[in-house]
Amino acid sequence: MATESPRQHWDLEIKPQTSVFDLHLKDVWAYRDLLWLLIRRDFVSFYKQTILGPLWFFIQPIFTTIIFTFIFGHLAKISTNGSPAPLFYMAGTVAWNYFADSLTKISTVFRDNANIFGKVYFPRLIMPVSIVFSSLVKFGVQFILFVILLFYYLFRQSGVQPNWYILLFPVVILLMAILGLGLGLIITALTTKYRDLAFVVAFGMQLLMYATPVIYPLSAAPAKYRSIIALNPMSGLIETFRYGFLGAGQFYPGAFIYSIVASIIIFLLGLIIFNKVEKNFVDTV
Amino acid sequence: MSDIAIKVEDLSKAYQLGDFGTGTLSRDLERWWALARGKEDPFLKIGETNDRTSKGTSDIVWSLKDISFEINEGDAVGIIGRNGAGKSTLLKILSRVTSPTTGNIKVKGRIASLLEVGTGFHPELTGKENIFLNGAILGMRKAEIKKHFDAIVDFAGIERYIDTPVKRYSSGMYVRLAFAVAAHLESEILIVDEVLAVGDAEFQKKCLGKMGEVSKGQGRTVLFVSHNMGMINQLCNKSILLRDGFLLEYADTITITKTYLNQISEENNLFYNKKIESSNKTAEFSKICLLSNSIIKYSEPISIQFEGIVNEYIPGMLIGIGIQDVNLNRITTLIYELKINDIANNLFRGYLKIPGSIFAPNTYSFVFALWNKSTTIYDMIEKTCVFQVKDDGTEMALYEGLNNGYIIVSGKWQFENEII
Repeated sequence: MATESPRQHWDLEIKPQTSVFDLHLKDVWAYRDLLWLLIRRDFVSFYKQTILGPLWFFIQPIFTTIIFTFIFGHLAKISTNGSPAPLFYMAGTVAWNYFADSLTKISTVFRDNANIFGKVYFPRLIMPVSIVFSSLVKFGVQFILFVILLFYYLFRQSGVQPNWYILLFPVVILLMAILGLGLGLIITALTTKYRDLAFVVAFGMQLLMYATPVIYPLSAAPAKYRSIIALNPMSGLIETFRYGFLGAGQFYPGAFIYSIVASIIIFLLGLIIFNKVEKNFVDTV
Repeated sequence: MSDIAIKVEDLSKAYQLGDFGTGTLSRDLERWWALARGKEDPFLKIGETNDRTSKGTSDIVWSLKDISFEINEGDAVGIIGRNGAGKSTLLKILSRVTSPTTGNIKVKGRIASLLEVGTGFHPELTGKENIFLNGAILGMRKAEIKKHFDAIVDFAGIERYIDTPVKRYSSGMYVRLAFAVAAHLESEILIVDEVLAVGDAEFQKKCLGKMGEVSKGQGRTVLFVSHNMGMINQLCNKSILLRDGFLLEYADTITITKTYLNQISEENNLFYNKKIESSNKTAEFSKICLLSNSIIKYSEPISIQFEGIVNEYIPGMLIGIGIQDVNLNRITTLIYELKINDIANNLFRGYLKIPGSIFAPNTYSFVFALWNKSTTIYDMIEKTCVFQVKDDGTEMALYEGLNNGYIIVSGKWQFENEII
């Protein structure tokens, strides 16, 4: 052992503990081809052996919109700030689904991939990131549907006024992505040891939707609850998204900035916790 | 001297036994508190070696304990040990699936590990799509896979099915494709875990050939874990012997093979002995033992003694004695029909003597069976009475170490002096 020449160069060192901030991001980049192939796999395997194929992406938002319009619009008569009800609900559903889909899928990433993670090494982060992108593909398809509906109402001139805030759209999507990723990473890392959280996610996502202005505008909430709802980082994002495209309601700068800060903190926290757990999760899962 | 490809220093891995239940959270907090104050991890204080048979006092076991070794570039190293010796743990740490508890490993070059073929295959995707996906999971870039694509398809022999979802493949095709992808990885170090125990004999041979080509032809470093001593002997020039988490010996494969086989025969396979108080079987063996030494010379005969009990004599009852190699391939079988006169007081005791100068130098074991012509098996004892045959001057002695088969026959060679 003592004869080791000091010039010997090592490509890799396997150690028990690494620094909290050593996130292997370089490794993730080296495996970018895998990322792309996983996204493709998710997309292709989704519609293999179906007759309607990718059309299935449309069916869910269409039916959700119809049901929401009927129940919340016609039965409960919740305000939509003057926007056409179907458009209002579809905007909320499509955006919320992106966040919810990523989060639910990422929160079980260790469990779902225990077999493959136990057999071969690749940067674990690739899996959750690929889910974010796969969900983004689905969101993209559903977003087209939303745009079609938007043009329909623009053409009919039913009070829809897209405005400059529409330019925040990419930022909103990015924030939703990292927020979903961050929360998902935290949950999946904790569920490797404590399975309890898996149950929380299952029904928690439904409840969380009602705590987010998806089926109602933030302005329709009673003032004393408004600040509580705004504590949910998704609130500012959904409101901004809807305001940019529909022009109804208002832009809440405070809530939006809060969403940015909260998303980034949760994302970084998720990365660190995930990174700490990934090394040994095979032993505990 | 060639460079070191893998350097392992004081590597240990502890596992927690039992259930992770409600106690986990409080224990985690306790650990965290101890570590935060800079104290020793209370989790690791009470460790013991990984002897699975005896019940320990703590629920921590060391699957690997203070392992250190170096592997040179271009070596093919076999990792040998009984179940629970720590082979898989070592491979898992090397392939970064899990991390060590203490110690470290330094590696030069890229590691590709083949702990199981076909990891990440998606049944709905076609063969072609899966080649790319699986290759990428194993760490290949897209361009690399493209470069080897034809070779992979050719090696697997599935050209016709390349655009068919793999869920419609036969299991043989599936495994062939999976191995083909892995075998074409461009990495300096290849780690293989008994994946060759799949597929038909012909494909196994092809895989072995490929592995040999990888280590000898291309000069890549190979680590190979297997129970199959024959394969280790064929592929690896050096071997590591693990036992209960400790590194017992690291030397030439030939040396290690001997140590390992002696270890096995010492432990349990020298004889078979079963105390029968009340037997509900029709017939069974109670004792089998070698009368000759467990290491004998080629020209020496082999004698074995066996005893048993027959509770109900059925005409046509047979005793079969088989001899098999280390891979449990049957080499020969001797059958004797048990007669009523052979049994006294429901017991029988017999001897078998096999003349010398038949079995080639190698390691063998016996398999004993009591059965009936109508193929009802009353009792079967596998892998008992391990014995080694040593060369004492056969014509093959010159070529010792090569695999020359299991029996030596004398033939008559003749050549024509005049060729017209």
